[in-house]
Amino acid sequence: MPGGWMARIIGLRILTAIPLILLVSFIIFALESLVPGNPAETILGQNATPQNVAALDRQLGLNKSLFAGFWTWLEGVIHGHLGTSIISGESVSSLLNGRLGVTLSLVLLSVLVSAIIGTLLGFISARRGGLLGRLLDVISLTGLALPSFWLGTVLVVTFAVKLKLLPASGYETIAQSPSGWLQHLILPVAALSLAGIALVAKQARDSILGALEADYIAMLRGNGMREREIMFKHVLRNAAMPIVTVLGVVAIGTLGGTVFVESVFVLPGLGSQATQSTVDHDLPVILGIGLYFTVIVVIINLLVDIAYGLLNPRARTT
Amino acid sequence: MSVAAPTAPQDGTDSAGGSVAGRPKSITRTVLTSKRGVLSLAFLVLIFLACVLAGLITSGGPDAQSFLVVNKGPSLNHLLGTDELGRDLLTRILYGGRASLIGVAEAVGALLIISVPLGVTAGYLGGRTDKVITRVADLIMSIPVIIILLAVLAIFGHSMTTAMIAFGVLGSAGVTRVIRSAALAARSEAYIDAARVIGVSQRDIIFRHMLPQCRGVIVVQTALFAAIALGVQTGLTYLSLGPAPPAPTWGGMVADAVSQFYVAPWELVPSGAVIALTVIAFGVLGDVVRDAIAETHSGGAAVARRRRRHQPPPVVPAADTEPLLTATDLNVSVAAGTREETTLIQGIALSVLPGESLGIVGESGSGKTIAMKALAGLLPRGTAITNGSIRFQAAELSSGDESVYRKFRGRGIAIVTQEPMRALDPSYRVGKLLTDLVHSIDRCGRREARARAIELLRRVQILDPEDVAQRYPHEISGGMAQRVAVAMALAGRPQLLIADEPTTALDVTVQAEILDLLRQLQRETGMALILVSHDLGVVAEICSRVCVMYAGEIVEMAPSADLFAKPMHPYTRALISASPRSREERGPLSTIPGTVPAPRDWPVGCHFAGRCEFTTPACTAAAVELRSVSPTDMARCVRSEELFAASRSVPTNEVAS
Repeated sequence: MPGGWMARIIGLRILTAIPLILLVSFIIFALESLVPGNPAETILGQNATPQNVAALDRQLGLNKSLFAGFWTWLEGVIHGHLGTSIISGESVSSLLNGRLGVTLSLVLLSVLVSAIIGTLLGFISARRGGLLGRLLDVISLTGLALPSFWLGTVLVVTFAVKLKLLPASGYETIAQSPSGWLQHLILPVAALSLAGIALVAKQARDSILGALEADYIAMLRGNGMREREIMFKHVLRNAAMPIVTVLGVVAIGTLGGTVFVESVFVLPGLGSQATQSTVDHDLPVILGIGLYFTVIVVIINLLVDIAYGLLNPRARTT
Repeated sequence: MSVAAPTAPQDGTDSAGGSVAGRPKSITRTVLTSKRGVLSLAFLVLIFLACVLAGLITSGGPDAQSFLVVNKGPSLNHLLGTDELGRDLLTRILYGGRASLIGVAEAVGALLIISVPLGVTAGYLGGRTDKVITRVADLIMSIPVIIILLAVLAIFGHSMTTAMIAFGVLGSAGVTRVIRSAALAARSEAYIDAARVIGVSQRDIIFRHMLPQCRGVIVVQTALFAAIALGVQTGLTYLSLGPAPPAPTWGGMVADAVSQFYVAPWELVPSGAVIALTVIAFGVLGDVVRDAIAETHSGGAAVARRRRRHQPPPVVPAADTEPLLTATDLNVSVAAGTREETTLIQGIALSVLPGESLGIVGESGSGKTIAMKALAGLLPRGTAITNGSIRFQAAELSSGDESVYRKFRGRGIAIVTQEPMRALDPSYRVGKLLTDLVHSIDRCGRREARARAIELLRRVQILDPEDVAQRYPHEISGGMAQRVAVAMALAGRPQLLIADEPTTALDVTVQAEILDLLRQLQRETGMALILVSHDLGVVAEICSRVCVMYAGEIVEMAPSADLFAKPMHPYTRALISASPRSREERGPLSTIPGTVPAPRDWPVGCHFAGRCEFTTPACTAAAVELRSVSPTDMARCVRSEELFAASRSVPTNEVAS
């Protein structure tokens, strides 16, 4: 049945997503019970009144046992209620939904840029080798080593502050202004994707070189297929599988990286909210972001699986 | 087959692979003999010592302010300059480094405590334990780590220690999986089984045998993880989620520098550089060890270079018919032009007449696969023709110019590789693969190409070509895949087909079918055939002439009938006695004691001398030439005539028929 495998992969991923979501939220919940003393007191600080502490205890479910509290929160999640922020009192889900677009835009664009530029660099260095290969090694090393927040800062001061080419901070949605959206995202995406480009380029080079050595490539070359066709239809196609795997890793890493980069560029996304909520000890929001991030990770893994199935007929049967 | 000397090579690396591998080195030596390793290790030690001894090296604490030197660049007093409060940046980096390095140590400690025992246990015990551990690890690997870290920081009031330990715990999932794979591989090493058999306790096996095997992987993972942990530690301190402000941290210094950028852009450099360099040092350290591990496993040597030492000697004119393909004095080396250069085959001289079938026979390690790849112009990366010539019709192929070969590929010379299941691109349906190939060669229309592809499948006696065309390679049997591979080779209507062990990977009945097919195709098309095999029986069945290879050289070449009836080289003789097909008449199967010497261990004299029962001092004194020892037979043996001229030692009429 054509397409049947895709439904199966989606079903399987959703099934494995459930224990994952339970695990992540339970870890965050369980952490609260590990804190010496009363977490509500820790969160509210020394000047908290007993009434405030008791209220927060109730809100966080700390007046109940760990599992009972967790269950209450889960029931809420099933009904679409993620609780309310203890700082602003706003509903967590509406707070996060408003910020989701920024983070998704960032991750999507960064992965796209990493995929295109990374594969291109890897391809060139696999074909040319030698000096270019070594240059690529140096670039990937620096790309991986420079922290994205440092790189982001340097980009802001050069391109936004000095050259005044691009906005230094802030955000416009794609609906408000597509060009504004892009302009605000160019620098953060550059800061976020350098490491991804490095990773993808390395993998692309290795897997292209690996595919070139394969028996089936020797068969095609030895029996007269044109080089261009071998390269594009056979070498690249087979090299694409490990590249897709790395892209999955890059996407998940980029998601984590938004926490730093959104703070540098003052972008109103989930990552900057996570930082702010950590400073505020706003647990319901952190729990909510944990849930959102986990779901995004599940979706990334699902997309990787589907891409795998499309590229490799054997992956459809397992 | 297992008692007989010739065994089927399991892969194409017949002689280029493992035999030239370097010896495994200790990790410390690996790092210390590599320039990159020494540099990165020295840097890490330096940073570590400088941070520990910060109080001795620098004067004044990290918070000592001086309003006289606010935002100054580097100077003798302040080697890396000062910040907005006049604090010395070098001092702050060294004190801040303490927190960073402690954070990395905490994360790495947690990582190792969890992942080493779990990984080794999973790999060693296998079974259900392994399954549970890998499943849980898979689950944990999908957790968005950064959010958990932020939750930890929120709940534990900005305690970096707790956050870094949590990071180590979460990171251990991925590392556990890697260590588990290494342990699994180590467990399957023969000597661990041996240790178990002789009654070594489980604890000793794990600590004395398994752990040392996994050590390399553990070091690599630790180094790479340390690099990531440092990135996380500095990131969190940059977001001021760590120790409160006056305390120096590397991330915090970046944040401070950002606020001063307009007045003192320099301040971004020291903190950024120290973070990047430390991350690079950890990363490079990991890379050096990993490369060393990979090298001992794969045999290293990857310098691709075409080099020619001499001009090819003039082609020997053929007697009556012009040969289709002629190789003269051919040498192939691995890592040519480096100190590691090793010759894999030498002095190969052979020719194939149109329509003829030539067999190349030898044990694994004889160099027959490399010879075949050289003839087909498909030498693996790292190997190159270093001497001699290959001529196809009038064209010189060994010049290193790919475009000459390209003209003949498919149309002149076609190939069938060893392993049918690996010969077909797994991503395409059989019909599509073949259609594309026909399209590429004939430059005809799609529809026409498709029709010819089906015709080719029919040609290789596939009964339902339309059905097979719809399948993916993993959906057909090995025998069917080999037929498809032969069909691919026929696509260009070649004059010469080079087939490398085309039947080795197949069942006996299927073997016979494929041989029949090759013979029939040869009759129909008049193409010549070079068949490479370790199996004398296969060669005897379809080749008119046989060329026996041993340790990189041709040791005997003769028409099949002569060779089997009256072998003139002791190796050929031994090979025939060891062939299972001659068993019925000869009683118990004999074996050739010893193994083929690796290319680096070739003796000066006869390569077979070490295993030959007729060796005399003359055999080992000097190189032995291939020479005519009878009107039809060439052999590389100083005693051919003396030993075999009169004898009819191997009565194998049936085999030679």
